Amino acid sequence: MSTKTRFIISLVFSLPLALTMVGLMLPGDKLTMWALATPVMVFGGYPFFVGAWSAFKHRQASMDTLVALGTGVAYFYSLYALSAGTEVYFEIAALLITFILLGKLFEDLTRNRASNAIEKLVGLQAKQATILRDGKEVSVPLDEVRVGDLVLVRPGEKIAVDGKITQGSSTIDEAMVTGESLPVVKGVGDIVIGSTINKTGSFTFEATKVGSETLLAQIVELVRRAQNSRAPIQKLADKVSGVFVPVVLILAILVFNVWFVLLGSSFVASMLFAVAVVVIACPCALGLATPTALMVGTGRGASLGILIKSGEVLEAANNIKYIVFDKTGTLTVGRPVVTDIVGDEAEVLRTAAALEAVSEHPLASAILDRAKAEGIEVAKTSDFQAVEGKGVTGKLAGKPVAVGNRALMEGLQLSATAFGEEMARLESQGKTVMMIVEAGSLIGLIAVQDEPKPMAAEAVADLTARGFEPVMLTGDNKATAAAIARAVGITNVIAEVLPGDKADHVKTLQQRGKVAFVGDGINDAPALAQADLGIAMGSGTDIAMEAGGIVLVKNDLRDVSRALTLSHKTFGRIRLNLFWAFVYNLAGIPVAAGMLVPLGLTLNPAIAGLAMAFSSVSVVTSSLMLRYSKL
Amino acid sequence: MDKIVSLVTSALAIGFIVWWFFGKHQDEAQVAEMAEGVQTVEILVDGGYQPRVVQLAAGVPARLIFNRKDPSGCLEEVLLPDFGVSRALPLGEKTMIEIGPQTAGEYKYTCGMQMFSGQVVVK
Repeated sequence: MSTKTRFIISLVFSLPLALTMVGLMLPGDKLTMWALATPVMVFGGYPFFVGAWSAFKHRQASMDTLVALGTGVAYFYSLYALSAGTEVYFEIAALLITFILLGKLFEDLTRNRASNAIEKLVGLQAKQATILRDGKEVSVPLDEVRVGDLVLVRPGEKIAVDGKITQGSSTIDEAMVTGESLPVVKGVGDIVIGSTINKTGSFTFEATKVGSETLLAQIVELVRRAQNSRAPIQKLADKVSGVFVPVVLILAILVFNVWFVLLGSSFVASMLFAVAVVVIACPCALGLATPTALMVGTGRGASLGILIKSGEVLEAANNIKYIVFDKTGTLTVGRPVVTDIVGDEAEVLRTAAALEAVSEHPLASAILDRAKAEGIEVAKTSDFQAVEGKGVTGKLAGKPVAVGNRALMEGLQLSATAFGEEMARLESQGKTVMMIVEAGSLIGLIAVQDEPKPMAAEAVADLTARGFEPVMLTGDNKATAAAIARAVGITNVIAEVLPGDKADHVKTLQQRGKVAFVGDGINDAPALAQADLGIAMGSGTDIAMEAGGIVLVKNDLRDVSRALTLSHKTFGRIRLNLFWAFVYNLAGIPVAAGMLVPLGLTLNPAIAGLAMAFSSVSVVTSSLMLRYSKL
Repeated sequence: MDKIVSLVTSALAIGFIVWWFFGKHQDEAQVAEMAEGVQTVEILVDGGYQPRVVQLAAGVPARLIFNRKDPSGCLEEVLLPDFGVSRALPLGEKTMIEIGPQTAGEYKYTCGMQMFSGQVVVK
């Protein structure tokens, strides 16, 4: 029988009994009351009595023990009173069960709503995929897609697994996985994420990650773990709940004796106080306080592309003072771009591109990207030679050409004075400057810089306004570091840090306040681990899931602020829930025990049951409110 | 007279509660059975967990089979926080939970509200 059916039966039989509480008399009086209460005890109370008994057999006590004892005492005493002809309390037993079932019903409803974030994520998966096998299109179930398969995606279809586009292009809605609200344009070579939706075009991609390796699978696993973790703040509640029930039972016995023996109250009145204590002490709200808030908070985060790994992280995110950003790849795009060209732009670019086309230097791709963007055809060079740490030389249309730094110019015995002024200006901006030489004379300069991410300045300004102190940590030279810092609005810069020393700098800052470190999680894992809170930023499908306490799926720096807000709000909600749960339980007990009787306040056991039921519901509702809080 | 009866009965009841719930009742750890590189142990969920303490070998994939016989709502969910597991246990069914115990130690497992608990000992 479901809780709902039990509740409805209990409600139907309890309602007439409730009338007796406001002084109405039922026809048939006490016998009618007995006849109404008994089905409630049998149908509504059954699970509680069975649960209490089997727990008792194993020397355990649970919420069932409290409900069974509370209602059992009221019911069986009333049976005795019925035969003795004294006042009965059947309505208390029946209403108690009805209220507790009501509470449980509400709790189940709301808990299901709180926990459906994971199901939603899992439900995102495509069921089928069209793959190309021996040149033919075959539709296969998702779990038969293998790494290396070529998968065909038509407009409106879900992308089955993670992969790389090999043919075609399209716009893709990735909101469900990364939280990115705008559709993203993707073409050959771009990475696609499984379970996202293809909007306009058709394309083929090669599967690179399937099954539990996919981004979505990893997110699901991470969220699942987070929802089952516990916040340290709850440790007290954990300790308490194990011994709570027996302690409450002892307390109820003491309360009875205080009233009956010490204060000389009647047996019935003393018993009702004891029953009220047993009923109100149910620690359900205490047990629900943390898990429900964690569930809703982490679920909300997952839908925004903010993965909070555990309850401990939420606590760590409190009172953060410094937010340390790794520069390359976190504050900046992580890929240098050409910012300035000095001299005859087309000529300079053509020469440089021709030479760099065969080079493997990271700066080469910046120049080639620019040449491509300007529609410059890359000419062929001969006698290509890379000069380690200096640049490249070669021959273009018979003329000797070179691209390189000052050291290369010195080697070629050229003076850099021709563009001396511009060169100094560009270098002061932290840019890397390359000189282009043709037929023995300097024809121009190309400046290259890793640019700040579009939203970096906005994100930093937001964090500063919220009272955090942003810090930039980088291995780059001071001039480059200062230029980027200026562009994004950070004044506190620590430059020329060796990769291995990043964690030490975090440690130094920690002496002055709690530190959050924001990095890509690939080469700054020690710093992420050292910081009080590690925030790993991802892009594409390669997210360092293991690094950091918070993982940002989207490559958007504004999520740092959002993640902190969400952590604060979730943690605040846990604290609030625990506070109320303790108040319900701990403050409720003395009231139920009759300590406010001198003020004329007593707690009817049935009302105590209602309060108990309400406390669980209110805690779960409070957690659900997290869904709607502003981030 | 009533009062003396009440006091004596209460003292006995309290004594019983303390002895019954808090007394030292040693649980024998049940060692998981090893077969084909997987260790398996069945736990009966009926008014608590039996056996309460299960012993697993470190580094071997383990299957905990929870057999829920108890309709009590308290036991409808089992948590193994150290292994990141929370699982609903349908009544009258055996639910298999697979974990990979790596490090030796004692890990608690509890019901959804942590009033019932058991222990996984990894050696």
